[in-house]
Amino acid sequence: MAVTSFERSKADDRELVSFRVGGQDFCVDIMSVREIRGWTPATVLPHSPPFILGVINLRGAVVPIVDLAARMGLEPIKPHARHVIVICIVFQQTVGFLVDAVSDILSIDRSLIQPTPTISSEITRAFFEGVIAIDQRMLRLIDIKAVLPPITPRQELS
Amino acid sequence: MTSSIDLRQTLFQECEELLEALDDGLTLLWNGSDADDVDQETVNAVFRAVHSIKGGAAAFGLEALVRFAHHFENALDAVRSGRLIPTPDIIGVFLRSADYLADLVASARNDAPSHSTHGPDLVTRLNEMLPSSQADLTLKPAPATLPNTVDESAEIARFQPIAFSFEFDTTPEPETVFQIHFACTRRLYAVGHDPVHIFRSLADLGTLQTQVDSSSLPTFAEMDWSEAYFAWNLALYTKESVAAIHTVFEFLEGICTYEISVLPSDQKSEVDVLEAQAARALSAPEPDVVPVVVPNDLKAAQGYSKPEKSASSSAPSQRGSVRVDLELVDRLINIVGELVINQSVLAQCMQDSGISGQSDVGTSLDEFRSLARELQENVMAIRAQPVKPLFQRMARIIREASDIAGKTVDFEAEGEAVEVDKTVIEQLVDPLTHIIRNAVDHGLEQRSARLAAGKPEIGVVRLSAAHRSGRVLIEVSDDGAGINRPKVRQIAIDKGLVPADAVLEDSEIDKLLFLPGFSTAAKVTDLSGRGVGMDVVRSAIQSLGGRVNITSTPGKGTTISISLPLTLAVLDGMVVDVAGQTMVVPITAIVETLRPSAADLHHFAAAGKVVAVRETFVPIIDLAEAFGHRAAMEDYSNMVLLLVETGQNERWALAVDKIYDQRQVVIKGLESNYGHVPGVAAATILGDGKIALIIDPDETAQRKRRAFGVVTNPISEEA
Repeated sequence: MAVTSFERSKADDRELVSFRVGGQDFCVDIMSVREIRGWTPATVLPHSPPFILGVINLRGAVVPIVDLAARMGLEPIKPHARHVIVICIVFQQTVGFLVDAVSDILSIDRSLIQPTPTISSEITRAFFEGVIAIDQRMLRLIDIKAVLPPITPRQELS
Repeated sequence: MTSSIDLRQTLFQECEELLEALDDGLTLLWNGSDADDVDQETVNAVFRAVHSIKGGAAAFGLEALVRFAHHFENALDAVRSGRLIPTPDIIGVFLRSADYLADLVASARNDAPSHSTHGPDLVTRLNEMLPSSQADLTLKPAPATLPNTVDESAEIARFQPIAFSFEFDTTPEPETVFQIHFACTRRLYAVGHDPVHIFRSLADLGTLQTQVDSSSLPTFAEMDWSEAYFAWNLALYTKESVAAIHTVFEFLEGICTYEISVLPSDQKSEVDVLEAQAARALSAPEPDVVPVVVPNDLKAAQGYSKPEKSASSSAPSQRGSVRVDLELVDRLINIVGELVINQSVLAQCMQDSGISGQSDVGTSLDEFRSLARELQENVMAIRAQPVKPLFQRMARIIREASDIAGKTVDFEAEGEAVEVDKTVIEQLVDPLTHIIRNAVDHGLEQRSARLAAGKPEIGVVRLSAAHRSGRVLIEVSDDGAGINRPKVRQIAIDKGLVPADAVLEDSEIDKLLFLPGFSTAAKVTDLSGRGVGMDVVRSAIQSLGGRVNITSTPGKGTTISISLPLTLAVLDGMVVDVAGQTMVVPITAIVETLRPSAADLHHFAAAGKVVAVRETFVPIIDLAEAFGHRAAMEDYSNMVLLLVETGQNERWALAVDKIYDQRQVVIKGLESNYGHVPGVAAATILGDGKIALIIDPDETAQRKRRAFGVVTNPISEEA
């Protein structure tokens, strides 16, 4: 299904991990993906935004889990064992994204990445690097830096 | 370029060790200054420390440091050579000079100008103490007392140059030939020098020929491995002056002997002739010929004529140690933390699958656990460091503070070897500085007042560290007037911190000092009263998981004690259930736990509930509500209340559903991957592999207080 097969990847290609969230196809750059694991119940973080499901223990590291559906304004996922957590490391920040299912690993020529269509919400648009048309489907390339939960600084209480 | 930055880093690390050695030596001299004879070894050690700092600084072009170290060194040299008798006054100047030197090192390290203004004054005082003949020599860069010429024939007879040249200048210009006889001591190797570096430095000056003199090498069986047997005869063809050669040897003063003589350039051919002799000499070595050692300094020669003594007295300052990147240590601690958690997960799995603890698996797992614990303790110990450098720093603070306050203060330190987590030591600097300054400025009386009270005219400030039941207790005490309680009480009333009619216990009055915005100094002095008060000290200590307490006896003095955890990586916590979520409350914050009866619980209008604890009313924080897990409960009589005391002396009762257990937990930061969660200090991983949040009682209480929109008054509440 990939435009160019994985084996023949060229220097100009980008390797992407694609997955489904809320019935839509998304992908992220494989370089930011560290591992993929099944859902385990998370410890709830108080006072967190609704898309933060909590934190899990990833071999001793405390990793926050983002409900990617809720993050993009879709119906929040009701986590279940069949759901998948994509662990990403960006700027030394480790974050897990809860998705419905991981579909594929693709190698895509950079030239095939189109700019994000002008959609209504600028905020949503900022989450994406672009879109890729494959087999009559649209793969939304997520800008992982944009969907990271912002680090909340400690507020100095007077 | 990075390597030079690394080198610079190494220089400063070494400087720190040298400053510590310097301080040790001077303190020894200070304590022994009444004795008639000055311990030569200590003087030498002090001199060497300053000299090495100067040498290192020179290599990096740290001008200010070199200049001051030079003056300091001159004065110390006068003491070393017996021309200056170190009276207590003089040692006092030395101590202050050491402080200033440390300032200069710090400012060089931070690339910031030094704020200390003592420099010129100290230089004057250092120069004044020199015997007048020495004074004119102070600015000469190299020691000028070395013999530049010796009997040539004798020199040539010994001189056996051959073979191995580092650089060859193909177009030689008029050059001088220096003959250098160089012998090193075992100490040269022990401190990590290598003759080859000296040869390279010399080769940089011109063309160098070297010839090893192995005549003093004993037979294989008699050889002492750590002894230095080789000497070298060097011939240097250079355009540089003799001073340049001395500079090369400058850092080795006292640990090698060398002798330089000049061979006129027209005699160069003779040198070549000598090569043939040298070859003969090599083929037929004469072991009984002992090379003549001409020491560059008589005192230094005395030093190595008795190597046993020098070895024993310098041993304590040379701890066998490895410099390790702190990050690496932290990573190791993390991994070991994982191992311990992993072990408890395994144990849980075993229990869940119904395997008996008596089985082989169970026994092995027990062994695994004890090994993991032991490993953890030892790895934690890597981070631990003696408080000695901290105490030395405080000694400096006392000297500075007593100078400014115009009081004479005796500083006593105890328990310098007690080890505490490195971070704790670093974080303690500011609060301790503050406490110490307070002790000197406010604690101790002026001399006249002390005499009037029948006390010795010199006040004493004691700093001690000790281990107490898994924690470290650090105490600062002075023998001053004690807390002026009526005055403290009046100030608190004036500032509106307590109601005018409040009835306060003595200990409560003492605790008023910790309230924000409290400063008893009638006038703002140079030392204290800069707007930060003991409340800052208190919150700094509490952020380290510590507690601070103050006791005072009028007329006898004040003691401030700080109790600290041994490490910041683990914490004693109470594991509790909050609306189905497992959470951890630090034990240090908990005063007591109680199960309230319905009669003790009172509503307080719409603002919430309070619980009566022995006649005082303590507001309740429902943790489940505070963390948004559910609405506030109507009835707390089925719940457990944890009575906590916050940094502001406030008491709050934290309501939890259940207490599971009390245990040591490994602290895991949330900040790097997520950020700060209000009311939560950190996270930890429990035996089942799940994450539990560690509650920050202070912040939880402050959030609650802000939600009330009132500033509660702790004292009036309790009284």
